[in-house]
Amino acid sequence: MAACFERLRGESRAGLVAFITGGDPDAATSQALLEGLAEAGADIIELGMPFSDPMADGPSIQASSLRALKSGATLRTVLQQVRDFRKSDHHTPLVLMGYYNPIYTYGTEDFVCDAAEAGVDGLIVVDLPPEEDAELREPAAKAGLHCIRLATPTTDDARLPVVLANTGGFVYYVSITGITGTTSAASTDVAEAVSRLRRHTGLPVAVGFGIKTPQQAGEVAGVADAAVVGSALVDVIAAGLDGQGKAGPGLVEEVLGFVSGMSKGVRGGRS
Amino acid sequence: MTQANTYRAGPDEDGHFGIFGGRYVAETLMPLILAVEQAYDEAQADSAFADEFRYYLEHYVGRPSPLFHAQRLSEHFSKGDKGAKIYLKREDLNHTGAHKINNCLGQILLARRMGKTRIIAETGAGQHGVATATVCALFDIPCTVYMGEVDMERQAPNVFRMKLLGAEVVPVKSGTRTLKDALNEALRDWVANVDDTFYIIGTVAGPHPYPAMVRDFQAVIGDETREQIMAAEGRMPDSLVACIGGGSNAMGLFYPFLDDAGVRMIGVEAAGHGIASGEHAASLTGGRPGVLHGNRTYLLQDDDGQIKEAHSISAGLDYPGVGPEHSWLYESGRVDYVSITDEQALEAFQLLTQLEGIIPALESSHALAHVGEISGTLPADHIMVVNLSGRGDKDIPTVAKVLDMEL
Repeated sequence: MAACFERLRGESRAGLVAFITGGDPDAATSQALLEGLAEAGADIIELGMPFSDPMADGPSIQASSLRALKSGATLRTVLQQVRDFRKSDHHTPLVLMGYYNPIYTYGTEDFVCDAAEAGVDGLIVVDLPPEEDAELREPAAKAGLHCIRLATPTTDDARLPVVLANTGGFVYYVSITGITGTTSAASTDVAEAVSRLRRHTGLPVAVGFGIKTPQQAGEVAGVADAAVVGSALVDVIAAGLDGQGKAGPGLVEEVLGFVSGMSKGVRGGRS
Repeated sequence: MTQANTYRAGPDEDGHFGIFGGRYVAETLMPLILAVEQAYDEAQADSAFADEFRYYLEHYVGRPSPLFHAQRLSEHFSKGDKGAKIYLKREDLNHTGAHKINNCLGQILLARRMGKTRIIAETGAGQHGVATATVCALFDIPCTVYMGEVDMERQAPNVFRMKLLGAEVVPVKSGTRTLKDALNEALRDWVANVDDTFYIIGTVAGPHPYPAMVRDFQAVIGDETREQIMAAEGRMPDSLVACIGGGSNAMGLFYPFLDDAGVRMIGVEAAGHGIASGEHAASLTGGRPGVLHGNRTYLLQDDDGQIKEAHSISAGLDYPGVGPEHSWLYESGRVDYVSITDEQALEAFQLLTQLEGIIPALESSHALAHVGEISGTLPADHIMVVNLSGRGDKDIPTVAKVLDMEL
């Protein structure tokens, strides 16, 4: 992870973090997507662990999660996806994002060991605020996994040090007060927020929620260390499904083409 | 944390009852949750808040609710010289017809103190939604209620009541389109409207401080019961029985008695078609610990930690979780938890109607059915209090359908 941000700094550009849900819309298509993201221009991959009740997510990622569960995805199949991915890609940082209950059910200590062994670099667990995350963070640190915390517009200066104290890898700034894939933040607000975060931490700052177009990605890339694209990408998957909800022909190409476009947006962000 | 000699000290300062409870919410909500906690702490220290709460409970809700000796029911359940003396705590006589209003009043008074100008709520059967819409009408605050699309079909009269009261009812189309999804959707609304909105949660669940706060507002049920039973019998009851969905009516009745070692407490979950069928809503009897909706508690879930759909004939018990304090009381052994099927609840529904002229809610009918199972084994001087948490008028269409009667 550190090497990745080091390389991005060397290239004087921000990175693109691309999100897909493990197993969406089916195991094989999801694997093809996962293995194509880096070549299409993703610098970091965020792989969603599907959950039945994704309460911080908007309609796009909710639907994506349900598609994955319907196709038989579990936390175990997501880890298997990572193992298969690591057979050919040893470098692209990969973080898992999701909710705590499947991890808790798996067994927190077993999970962090299995995730590290599979080749996961970090974890983002949406419903574990700093007040509750010790039971995951401590074993994760032992296993060598970063626990990436979320900072939001409601995280004020008094609280920010609490959030940043044990975060690792990068800080994920949620640019709006809302759920994923809904509204977009004004670029001036994002710039201000990123500089506020930089006053408190030397860690790279990735900005997400509401980035839908290459232009928006470019604006974020102009001020942050990385731009996260999730819902908009998942919407391209949804658009590529046939009447039965199965992956239609050309879905993978469509999605990877979209990622390339976003990557160009990000790369143009500081020019 | 809770000392060994009291069951009433929880939660600890981080909102935990043993390993249960807590604040498992997205960071966007954390500052808000902390602000609600601080405002609640301040309100508790302010006698004016308690006075205002009591005023509305008396003059608007109609408290205290009676404690009624159900003689014919007691007689019916007796066997030979055995059979408990059964009292009913008449929460069904409250304004809006259930215990839910106690909590809604407390929370809206807090919302006003915090200067919030918009209320949101989730509802399953519609009882909490109606109670919330009611207090919002009373205090002239705009109200949005999230309700699963499936539940809106099942509980059409309550949807109409909420709309009459001026609330906006938003159909929830995500997930299983029932109560748990309504809760998710309310949380999503709250995340997007943190500045002006207060979320009135309907049961003793959710992130801290909700489980403790809702319990405290509902504890008026148990406080009154203590006084009333002392006046009627000159002593403490031997047992308390209440139904459990999220568990707010039960916590309200049990909490003031938790340290009275001689008082046995029984929570009755919904077994639906039977625990073995897998179609039930008994999170304690048939689930295991997990994290959902802001707290760690017993949940109905599959081997991968995905939340399962609950089933009960009673929409108010149809939730795949339970309040975290119940999970703690279950593991500590202080309260016994049992379950009653749809069929048994329906029988008790009809029985109380015929014997006492009181139509109980299907939720409360679960508690009554369990009383029928055990009363005949208890000595005649055994005093039992059952929480009649709501009235059954809302259930008439459901019951008529099951009994094949045309309305």
